[in-house]
Amino acid sequence: MPSSEQLAQLILSGITQGSIYALIALGFVTIYNVTGVINFSQGEFAVIGAFVAITLSQKVLLWHGQMTASLEWPLPVAALIGVTTAVVIGALLYRLGIQPSRNASPLSQIVVTIGASIALRGVVLLVWGTDPYRLTPFTEGPPFEFFGAILTRQSVWVMGLTVVFVVSLFLFFKYTLIGKALRASSANPGAARLMGINPRQMGLIAFALSAGLSALAGIVVSPVTFTTFDRGLMLSLKGFVAMIMGGLTDPVGAVVGGLILGVVESLAAGLISSGYRDAFTFAILVIVLLVRLGGFIKGRKGEALERAGL
Amino acid sequence: MKNKLNILISILAVFGLLLAACATPTTEAPKPTAAPAQPTAVPATKAPEPTKAPEVVKGDPYTIGAFISSTGGASSLGQPEADTVTMMAEQFNKAGGIKGPDGKMHEVVVKMYDDQSDPTKAVEAVKKIIESDKAVVIVGGTSSGASVAVNETVTKAKVPFISVASSSAIVTKADGSQHEWVFKTPQQNLPVAMVQIDWLKAKGFTKIASIGVNDAFGKDSMAAMKKAAGDANIKLVYEGTFEPKTTDFSAQITAIKAAAPEAVIVHAVPAEGAPFTVQYRDLGLKFPLVHNHGIGNQAFIDTAKVAANGVLFPIGKILVIDQLAANDPQKPVIDKYIADYKAKFNKAPSSFGGHAWDAMIMVKMALEAVGPDSAKIRDFLETKIVKFVGISGVFNIDAKDHTGIGKESLVMVQIKDGKWLYVAPADYAKVP
Repeated sequence: MPSSEQLAQLILSGITQGSIYALIALGFVTIYNVTGVINFSQGEFAVIGAFVAITLSQKVLLWHGQMTASLEWPLPVAALIGVTTAVVIGALLYRLGIQPSRNASPLSQIVVTIGASIALRGVVLLVWGTDPYRLTPFTEGPPFEFFGAILTRQSVWVMGLTVVFVVSLFLFFKYTLIGKALRASSANPGAARLMGINPRQMGLIAFALSAGLSALAGIVVSPVTFTTFDRGLMLSLKGFVAMIMGGLTDPVGAVVGGLILGVVESLAAGLISSGYRDAFTFAILVIVLLVRLGGFIKGRKGEALERAGL
Repeated sequence: MKNKLNILISILAVFGLLLAACATPTTEAPKPTAAPAQPTAVPATKAPEPTKAPEVVKGDPYTIGAFISSTGGASSLGQPEADTVTMMAEQFNKAGGIKGPDGKMHEVVVKMYDDQSDPTKAVEAVKKIIESDKAVVIVGGTSSGASVAVNETVTKAKVPFISVASSSAIVTKADGSQHEWVFKTPQQNLPVAMVQIDWLKAKGFTKIASIGVNDAFGKDSMAAMKKAAGDANIKLVYEGTFEPKTTDFSAQITAIKAAAPEAVIVHAVPAEGAPFTVQYRDLGLKFPLVHNHGIGNQAFIDTAKVAANGVLFPIGKILVIDQLAANDPQKPVIDKYIADYKAKFNKAPSSFGGHAWDAMIMVKMALEAVGPDSAKIRDFLETKIVKFVGISGVFNIDAKDHTGIGKESLVMVQIKDGKWLYVAPADYAKVP
């Protein structure tokens, strides 16, 4: 029988991991609400953001060991550039991939994002290779003890920063002009357009914002779980599952969905078998899709969901 | 409703993508060199016949086949192996070739293929080596997967094959007997476990945790540990696995902590072993951490950094040869190999290159003794490789053991401040 310490440890690890799923899912929801596209290259932004930050802040072998980067810039600068890189790539993806195909069906646009994710993954593989890399933890020091479970300092960073990002995102949507415009074009694109809101501009902002959010998630979690070139696909899928759990269009639901997913995975891996970690995620996905497409959280059906006729 | 359908279809598409991704053989690194299966026949270095001595009679060339993963996921192992095979063939030919039992000097031709870390391509290469190149003996098979895959082909064609990969399944059948035509040079996992057990005994530990990667290598090593621990009356209080390429081990480490062992034995390669070590330290576990020989590679230290400090593991002697006693039987051989390799490639060789060195020397000894006859070469390898001092160990091959390295050929190494440190058996109780 698992002890309470063991349970506490698994739940803490689950929340850490779930915070990352939550951030990725938030990116999914933002893009979906504004443009109607499910962006499957979301996870790649996390990987690229983390790799850029790692390359700028520590010694890294590039191009199959043919080049060594040892810039050792301070972490905040490196992280900022990592996020910026992802933002630029996100904007480019919208400008070069999604906008030209705006008259195509949403399904075609989803395929565009899948194509982009494969291409980005290939680039990462070429530049950084297959080895796992780890960003230095933000603060050094012994871990904290918490109900008999160990909480590393980086986990505190992950949870704390997730709260900060989520809160500032909500403030942004609620109180800034751009945020309001984004919400308007999500609620009623036609009316928003009549009010002088440029939907293309909004799409561009949504992609850039989500890419940046993913990159932040990738950077804060890198000291805990390492970064490898092929992590993006799994992050995308987990983020997508979290988004579905939350009801597709609901940001709060996405965050809660991400956290639940992280904890369920961790408990399944710890109490049943680590081999079933991902199987549980996708079992949840199938159940949600079959039983309750509106998400697990009652009474929170977003208006866009109704609009979509789901 | 249409939208709902779209989403469902897209989910299916993503699942398809995921499956497709899983189906690709391991992590395929980019392939810098195109030209997939072009036999890079090692430049048949026109033996610059040292002295035009008239008594040297030249015979027909001897053809050796080789298939090695120079590109792809296993390329970090395969590159030094391919380099070593090339270097050895050049050395043989510089000396005028191999002197066969007929008294003539035979030039050595190596037909080398890159299997791109893909077992299917390895089988194709071996078929080509046997059918069109007519090689009498084959070396190579960088990964355990490729080495196991070609077993049937070489057995059917009755051509001896010396593998440079480590899984015991390469040479051992399910019933414990040996595959007739297959030999291998890297150490088995069992002697590795025996060295770990020696250390546990020196420390007086009786309760251990054993955790490994869920693939051919990890499972073989875990089975070896289970057997060795059982023989030594050491209890496995925790046994667990993790999937290849996992980077989050919090669930397993939590369970290990709850099981409270006296030491933790890990069976992995740097790709998972390094992240495991980092998280193990992060989560504050204090039980000594012991890895197996899979992590004996600079990549482990580079990735795990300070977390690698104090890690213990058994491995072949080449890693710490400069710290071994001058009278170690393997020292002259290993020193010469390192010097030759450095002179030619301007970098230090790895233990993987050493496995290829051992295989090439065995081939040379067999050809000198029995000439280009596959059946006789097989018999020679099985009966005449006795007390052969190689890089990976001192070999004593017989019909019951087609590897032939005992635990004496392994040493315990501790990682300290990013360096490999030899631990003499007398000091086992003092580390970590």
